[in-house]
Amino acid sequence: MTPFRYLRAADVADAVKLGTDDGAAFLGGGTNIVDLMRETVARPDRLVDVTGLSDTITETADGGLLIGAAARNTAVAEHRAVRTRYPLLSRAILAGASAQIRNMATVGGNLLQRTRCTYFYDTDGSRCNKRAPGTGCDARDGFNRIHAVLGASDACVATHPSDMCVALAALDAVVHVNGPDGARTIAFDALHRLPGDRPDRDTMLAPGELITAIALPPLRFAANSAYRKVRDRASYAFALISVAAALEMDGDRIGDVRIAFGGVAHKPWRATRAEAVLRGGPATHAAYRAAAEAEFETARPLRDNAFKPELATRVLAAMLGDLAMGKLA
Amino acid sequence: MSLVINGNAVAGPSDPRVSLLDHLRETLHLTGTKKGCNQGACGACTVLVDGERILSCLALAVQYDGRRITTIEGLDAVGDLHPLQAAFIEYDALQCGYCTPGQICSAIGMVAEAQRGVPSHVSTDLAAGVTLTRAEIQERMSGNLCRCGAHNGIIDAIRATMAAEIMA
Ligand SMILES: Cc1cc2nc3c(=O)[nH]c(=O)nc-3n(C[C@H](O)[C@H](O)[C@H](O)COP(=O)(O)OP(=O)(O)OC[C@H]3O[C@@H](n4cnc5c(N)ncnc54)[C@H](O)[C@@H]3O)c2cc1C
Ligand code: FES
Ligand code: FES
Repeated sequence: MTPFRYLRAADVADAVKLGTDDGAAFLGGGTNIVDLMRETVARPDRLVDVTGLSDTITETADGGLLIGAAARNTAVAEHRAVRTRYPLLSRAILAGASAQIRNMATVGGNLLQRTRCTYFYDTDGSRCNKRAPGTGCDARDGFNRIHAVLGASDACVATHPSDMCVALAALDAVVHVNGPDGARTIAFDALHRLPGDRPDRDTMLAPGELITAIALPPLRFAANSAYRKVRDRASYAFALISVAAALEMDGDRIGDVRIAFGGVAHKPWRATRAEAVLRGGPATHAAYRAAAEAEFETARPLRDNAFKPELATRVLAAMLGDLAMGKLA
Repeated sequence: MSLVINGNAVAGPSDPRVSLLDHLRETLHLTGTKKGCNQGACGACTVLVDGERILSCLALAVQYDGRRITTIEGLDAVGDLHPLQAAFIEYDALQCGYCTPGQICSAIGMVAEAQRGVPSHVSTDLAAGVTLTRAEIQERMSGNLCRCGAHNGIIDAIRATMAAEIMA
């Protein structure tokens, strides 16, 4: 680990001031950045601890929730309003990492955690455009079972590893940020980006921008929602694929639906094509499959991950079938 | 800065790179807390901070200024052992013992979470209270790996002692 200065931010203004320098990085629970610093993938010379900033979860005037960026993952998952009104979010968080890690991890840090591509971590032996721009991508023709099938580029096939973010994408969450140029909000789907020829950039945040909170808009039918994750062991493993979905029935037809996939792309993948196929249509297994197939029409599988579109299709179809009958788990 | 470790105020490290795990083991010589992977993947380094279980290998010690940290050395003992330690012996919940301090600290934190009503990945109803069934304990303890495969004994020991008040 390269040496750094540790500074604790007293409030948002202080964090923004301390975070503007080149080489500064914010510190949440440290569960990702400490590991990356140890591997010398990240080499900040200043860590600005933002765990003292707002961690409260409050009702908003429009009937949604505002979650402070320093809220721990456990605190969000166990919050009564999240459990009852946004069960897909509780479930997504509980499907990730371990209890110890969820107790440490903050909301801000979870959003900005970096890919688990093994070539990204392998500073000694591998080429990686995300870690060292311009060096190449050893994953593209390497061991790429966990990699992207949608929206990847020649430069990068990494996936975003967060479970929580998949639920936030389905919910149209709004990200509140503050930085050297002031405060602004970002639609969740516009926070993370596709790799293109700049895979070193995970998000649309400007340098020095701090995440201060996440707003969950009210969504009545989010109470009828679920999260399912498929992984190589039953617990404590990252997703191969995952699905967050919320469904509203209108008689025996689909009234409205929200779907996002995890483990398939460089960003949490909001499935707008699948949603459009389903909205107003019949609630049948064939319709669920057709919707997923529409979403994965542009999939470009790699050597080891051709199973992903079909796996995601089956999981989505099973989930929607359950949600149509009001089965949540 | 200072940390309160097992009830004693101790100085923190002068170098902010030092993890809570290394500070415990290398500086304070509290070697009960173990280093398995040093990257968050095994749970051997689990300690309690203000009663919550965390991984000390991913924790920078400087971040824990003024916090109350409990390690395996600091558990309330009845005689020589904490009741869960005694149950680990009775139920063959270990072979080499390397994961054991982390398992025990984790189980204590786990029970507090369950009592508070924190649901888990296998809870069927998120809104209902927690019942610590075997499946629930398995999932809630999945952050602690045991290379010797003592998991079934570990769950038996937890069920026999800690989980009594919140079990079906
Ligand atoms: C063994 C292991 C297994 C895991 N399994 C899963 C899993 O299955 N699913 C899953 O979703 N996750 C998993 N994780 C990842 C875990 O969820 C993340 O490490 C965690 O959410 C990061 O949060 P943090 O607060 O610790 O972030 P930190 O490590 O403190 O920070 C992460 C990044 O966010 C930046 N940052 C932090 N806060 C802010 C802020 N407020 N504003 C701007 N930038 C900020 C930091 O500068 C850093 O770049 C796993 C981690 C480990 C170690
Ligand atoms: S040593 Fe901390 S999790 Fe393995
Ligand atoms: S007893 Fe040997 S690792 Fe668990």
